[in-house]
Amino acid sequence: MSIVTIHFGFDRAAEGLLGAARRLGDEVHAVVIGDGAEDVARYADRVTAIDMDYSPEPCLNALVPLCAGAKAVLLANDTYSQELAPRLAYRLGGNAVGDGVAIDEKLRVTRQVYGGKAQAVIAPKRSPLVAWLRARSFAPAPLRDAVAEIERVRAAGDAKTKIIERKRETQAEARLEDARVIVSGGRGIGGPEGFATELQPLAHLLGAQMAASRAACDAGWVPPTWQVGQTGKKVAPELYLAIAITGASQHMAGISEAKNIAAINIDPDAPIFRHARFGIVEDYRKVVPLLREKLAKMK
Amino acid sequence: MNILVCMKQILDPEVPARDFRIDATRKEAERGSASLVTNIFCENALETALQFRPADARITVLSYGPASAEETLRKALAMKADAAALVLREDDAAPADPLHAARVLAAAARKLGTFDLILTGREAGDWGAGQTGALLAEELRLPCIAFADTLSMDGGKLRVKRQTEWGWELFEAETPVVVTITNDEHNVPRIPKVRDVMLAHRQPLTQFTLAELGVSAANDYYEVEELFIPKKESACELVAGDTLEQKVDVLARRLVEVTASL
Ligand SMILES: Cc1cc2nc3c(=O)[nH]c(=O)nc-3n(C[C@H](O)[C@H](O)[C@H](O)COP(=O)(O)OP(=O)(O)OC[C@H]3O[C@@H](n4cnc5c(N)ncnc54)[C@H](O)[C@@H]3O)c2cc1C
Ligand SMILES: Nc1ncnc2c1ncn2[C@@H]1O[C@H](COP(=O)(O)O)[C@@H](O)[C@H]1O
Repeated sequence: MSIVTIHFGFDRAAEGLLGAARRLGDEVHAVVIGDGAEDVARYADRVTAIDMDYSPEPCLNALVPLCAGAKAVLLANDTYSQELAPRLAYRLGGNAVGDGVAIDEKLRVTRQVYGGKAQAVIAPKRSPLVAWLRARSFAPAPLRDAVAEIERVRAAGDAKTKIIERKRETQAEARLEDARVIVSGGRGIGGPEGFATELQPLAHLLGAQMAASRAACDAGWVPPTWQVGQTGKKVAPELYLAIAITGASQHMAGISEAKNIAAINIDPDAPIFRHARFGIVEDYRKVVPLLREKLAKMK
Repeated sequence: MNILVCMKQILDPEVPARDFRIDATRKEAERGSASLVTNIFCENALETALQFRPADARITVLSYGPASAEETLRKALAMKADAAALVLREDDAAPADPLHAARVLAAAARKLGTFDLILTGREAGDWGAGQTGALLAEELRLPCIAFADTLSMDGGKLRVKRQTEWGWELFEAETPVVVTITNDEHNVPRIPKVRDVMLAHRQPLTQFTLAELGVSAANDYYEVEELFIPKKESACELVAGDTLEQKVDVLARRLVEVTASL
């Protein structure tokens, strides 16, 4: 029996996913939708490339026969993977589990629940297990000596739903998930101006990418692609500087892999200080301009 | 057009971590002094439906839960949903797994009539499964679009805008279709008017039991083997100094230190 991995391109998430699959010990059959099959072929035993422009219904129809008979199907936690996984599990007669941070040889998946306040180990009652994982936090698979042959299939087009427009708000080369330094703002920033005039120049000085809490995104101050947390991006930077963010468990759920969390918050009791390595209790409006001055001098 | 919005009542997810306890034998959170609230993404879904509502549309809200879930439905009526239905769940039943929930919701949807558009939240803030909408689509043999935040009509066709990690996509969809809803600045749930809250309490509520729907109460999707609270707090160094200037100086140095290796 094989482990099927599903990829929408090749990136750090794909490497982590292949690593997770490899450690389960069975043959790894990678299915690639779109580009990246050649890269994946250096890690997997078998590769099938589906030639299509993603759309959920035809993609699902194409995946079902490729996954039939698998012991487990692994996906990353991107939009398309999360959209398809439960339906794929249903059609295969299996069960899906999402947002896994660990998977063992009995196919038990560990995941955060209750907004990151607890963790659960979920055991499958059906087969196959279809799991979407925080793939970037898994160690990559070793490269194989041989390169797998790529089988190419086409997905049938006709569907009741079709994507008629796509808009990229973020640059592919500037992925928040891959950022080494992140400056993130919350509701306490008070408006879009604070992000533009205070945080953005600070981020520039630190070579950081910008992020935000759900509250700041819902207020419309910054785009939804900036949201970090349980239902936003899962990030793993060396430094995460949280400014005017309380540190609700749902926000922390997205930064559990950050090496160093630093906080600027006016409230000494804010939960963020229970997770941060260092921080300052002060109004960010006073701290940030001074901080920029100091950092500029230290350059 | 008939619209169904599935709404779940959950333990208040904003309970601070220090007040959060779990019942290790039942493998679920202890209620404690926490209140029960409607899952935020379900309210985002209802708000999206209310803003979209074409003139001829009728919005029904549906919840599967214990008797207290009536509160979720009353609030939805106060927000101006047209009708509400509750599938009663035993008060002491184990948490429903997403396949069981989807089967119940599908059976109730069939009993309630035919729907052109079925909305769910992207996930529930308790177990965060993020599956029920997709599984409901499969139960009903319907297509599904995930993570949407805006619905509109264009030349008689439904348009669904959804978020992706890098931006957005616009779908043209035939109905019936299931759509799961995520948050954005436009679907922050409205606060119902006091008068509407009072009116909502007098509106009829359709009720079903599992037996009436012919659905078994069993969870047979997956099993929660363990549930625990991870220990992860760390000691925070609050930068010291007599003046703000001195404190920020230390902060700047610490920031440079931890990024020095990059
Ligand atoms: C199911 C579910 C999923 C969720 N998913 C996410 C998610 O993915 N990401 C996410 O972020 N949230 C998520 N949330 C929301 C989360 O629970 C919190 O409500 C949210 O993170 C709060 O954002 P905030 O800290 O910016 O705002 P607030 O809680 O309003 O905090 C503002 C902070 O700013 C500080 N402050 C105010 N003024 C200043 C000043 N001048 N200087 C310095 N500090 C100041 C205050 O002391 C406070 O700590 C989710 C919630 C649910 C229920
Ligand atoms: N018991 C329930 N009653 C009504 N809707 C539900 C129920 N469980 C899940 N849902 C719907 O499915 C969405 C996702 O839930 P989940 O799969 O549990 O994360 C929720 O936002 C609801 O819209």
